Amino acid sequence: MSNEFLIFDHVTKRFGALTAVDDVSFSVAKGEFFSLLGPSGCGKTTLLRMLGGFERPDSGRIYLEGKDITDLPPNQRRIHTVFQNYALFPTMTIWDNIAFSLKLAKMEKGEIEEKVDDILEMIQMSEHAWKYPSQLSGGQKQRVAIARALVDRPQVLLLDEPLAALDLKLRQHMLLELDTIHDQVGITFLYVTHDQGEAMSLSDRIAVLNRGKVEQLDGPAKIYEAPASRFVASFIGDTNFLSGEIVAVDGDYCTIQCEGFPAVKAFNDRKIKVGDSVDLSVRPEKIRVTLAPPPPEKGASINVFLSTVKDIVYQGVYTKYWIESSGKRLAALKPHSRFLLDQESITWNDEVFVWWHPDDGYMVEAK
Amino acid sequence: MTGNPLRSRRAEWLVTLPSLLWLGLFFAVPAVIVLAFTFHGHTPNGGVGEWSLETWRELVDPDYPAIVWNTIRISFEVTLWSIVLALPCAYAIARMNSRWRAIVAGSIMLPFWTSFVVRVFAWKTMLHPDGWLQSCYLTFLRVREWMFGWLPGSLKGLFVWMGLANSGPVDPAASTILDSEAAVVLVSVYSFLPFAIMPIYTAAEKFDFSLLEAARDLGAKSFYAFRKIFIPGIKQGLISAILMVFIPAIGSYVIPQMLGGTDCVLIGNKIFMRAIQNRNIPHASALATLMAVSVLIPIACAMWWKRRQNARDRKRLEAETARLMIGGASS
Ligand SMILES: Nc1ncnc2c1ncn2[C@@H]1O[C@H](COP(=O)(O)OP(=O)(O)OP(=O)(O)O)[C@@H](O)[C@H]1O
Ligand SMILES: [Mg+2]
Repeated sequence: MSNEFLIFDHVTKRFGALTAVDDVSFSVAKGEFFSLLGPSGCGKTTLLRMLGGFERPDSGRIYLEGKDITDLPPNQRRIHTVFQNYALFPTMTIWDNIAFSLKLAKMEKGEIEEKVDDILEMIQMSEHAWKYPSQLSGGQKQRVAIARALVDRPQVLLLDEPLAALDLKLRQHMLLELDTIHDQVGITFLYVTHDQGEAMSLSDRIAVLNRGKVEQLDGPAKIYEAPASRFVASFIGDTNFLSGEIVAVDGDYCTIQCEGFPAVKAFNDRKIKVGDSVDLSVRPEKIRVTLAPPPPEKGASINVFLSTVKDIVYQGVYTKYWIESSGKRLAALKPHSRFLLDQESITWNDEVFVWWHPDDGYMVEAK
Repeated sequence: MTGNPLRSRRAEWLVTLPSLLWLGLFFAVPAVIVLAFTFHGHTPNGGVGEWSLETWRELVDPDYPAIVWNTIRISFEVTLWSIVLALPCAYAIARMNSRWRAIVAGSIMLPFWTSFVVRVFAWKTMLHPDGWLQSCYLTFLRVREWMFGWLPGSLKGLFVWMGLANSGPVDPAASTILDSEAAVVLVSVYSFLPFAIMPIYTAAEKFDFSLLEAARDLGAKSFYAFRKIFIPGIKQGLISAILMVFIPAIGSYVIPQMLGGTDCVLIGNKIFMRAIQNRNIPHASALATLMAVSVLIPIACAMWWKRRQNARDRKRLEAETARLMIGGASS
């Protein structure tokens, strides 16, 4: 099965008393762009280092194309890494850096030249071939590091926060470039990042890690729209949490009595029972804040209540409204558009209608 | 601070002046004096005589070429062994955590708390024909003799040729370490090893060891990564280490004097002999000059070659860039 290209099978790694990677199991499909996303110290690099062969798991196995590679030394795995600090060889020219793995593979001279020149062209660095790494800019070094790791077509390419050292504009540019490169070479990419934006825009699937455990493994949309836990909901994007207890279940929907707010309804796909405590996650952009009541065509079943605007933060793309009720705050986002000018503008301490669709609230188990 | 360039220039001069004066006074001037002495004759009571080429003519002694060659050969040997031992040592220290690093680096410098002559003398006792090192060595020779003794002649000859077996039965009198070249090499390596370790260690400490991981990641075996990435990465330290060992080895005379016997006379001993025993300062000066020149010429050649290579690299870069620019413009 194609989904079984790369398999982590109950992998655990401890450093003394600390369990850096805790019984992690997942598999990656061939050619997939797979991201490991999580906060600092959650074990992302440790996972990559075990895959690269630089750390040995305390228990569990790693399989690549059906072969157990857990105990292979790094040089016997066709897995290459793009290191966060690039790790280009300072004593070699760009050309020699890229040719390094090809020379090791005892390839013919003509073939090496062809491959190196090709990939230099792909990353648009041909005119820098005879420079040394110290003569390049950050983005250029980054591209060379990627080319060096890709030139001999590894089975898997590991990227450990490859864009972390670049400035915002360059990062966005390199994101696009990475995407293009991935499409061109068709190699499996394992991408480590703590930047959810990077992971969301590039990945086919994302594994969200927390304290050495996989919290959720899904496509970007699923992770954003249907977070498996409170941690995932809060780590990916911005969200509001309403904690409460289920007071009624009515078919697919249930009613939650939240602290500080009137009862709200939510889609109950988890078959949660009356009396259970839950956290309801509602993304700010799904909440609408208006002076007028919601139009009747929106239906009677939507959540709506009155509240007071406490804070307004202009953020360029959006304006963020903080509303408060009995000491609990909710954030709502509103885009700017000429079409919205007919609505009366909201100011501080206005009484506003706060409303959202029950399907836009997502319940995660209370901790 | 952006001061007057002229003033900062002068400040620079002022700062370097003391060391320049020191070097000039105690290095350049004596070197010139030594050179000048070689063009003088000598007086019987140890003085320097009239200007003449007599000293240089005397220098054509059939002994000297062999001694110069021996000195250079032994210095090479000592340098080679020192570097071979210092490299893994410095590598290991650089990879230790900082506490162990301080301890080990400190203990490498520890022997310097004892006088050099005392340490060399200690070796003389240790290597004494009745000493334990000598008896270990003899045991080793005898075991080897016993291991290879039963082999048929031609096969044994092969091992003898490879230096793995003795040609005949062990003769204790002819197999002493003391008063042989082996003792000189051994103790020289012992004495100069810290001078080889320290510069390599200093360079290795600054080396980014994640580069070795990167090399392994790209398919290199550990030793290949060490050779192709680590060694070039610490090249400056390696060069200083070579010079730090080779130069004192060339001029060494205490070690061959005390441990080399009549077997191993180096140029340093000859200079000492001419200057102190024969009281022929011009002759000693000429020998010193000869030695210095025979070392400086290869170094100058190496530097010239290196510079030429750098220039060639730069030309290649320029040509390559130009080619690509033209190619890019026409396409
Ligand atoms: N060699 C090691 N010895 C001891 N502890 C280690 C070692 N390597 C990692 N750790 C610990 O393991 C945990 C996971 O580290 P890891 O480097 O995998 O985190 P990460 O997810 O990559 O974080 P970041 O985003 O900051 O790079 C951390 O708490 C770290 O301190
Ligand atoms: Mg990391």
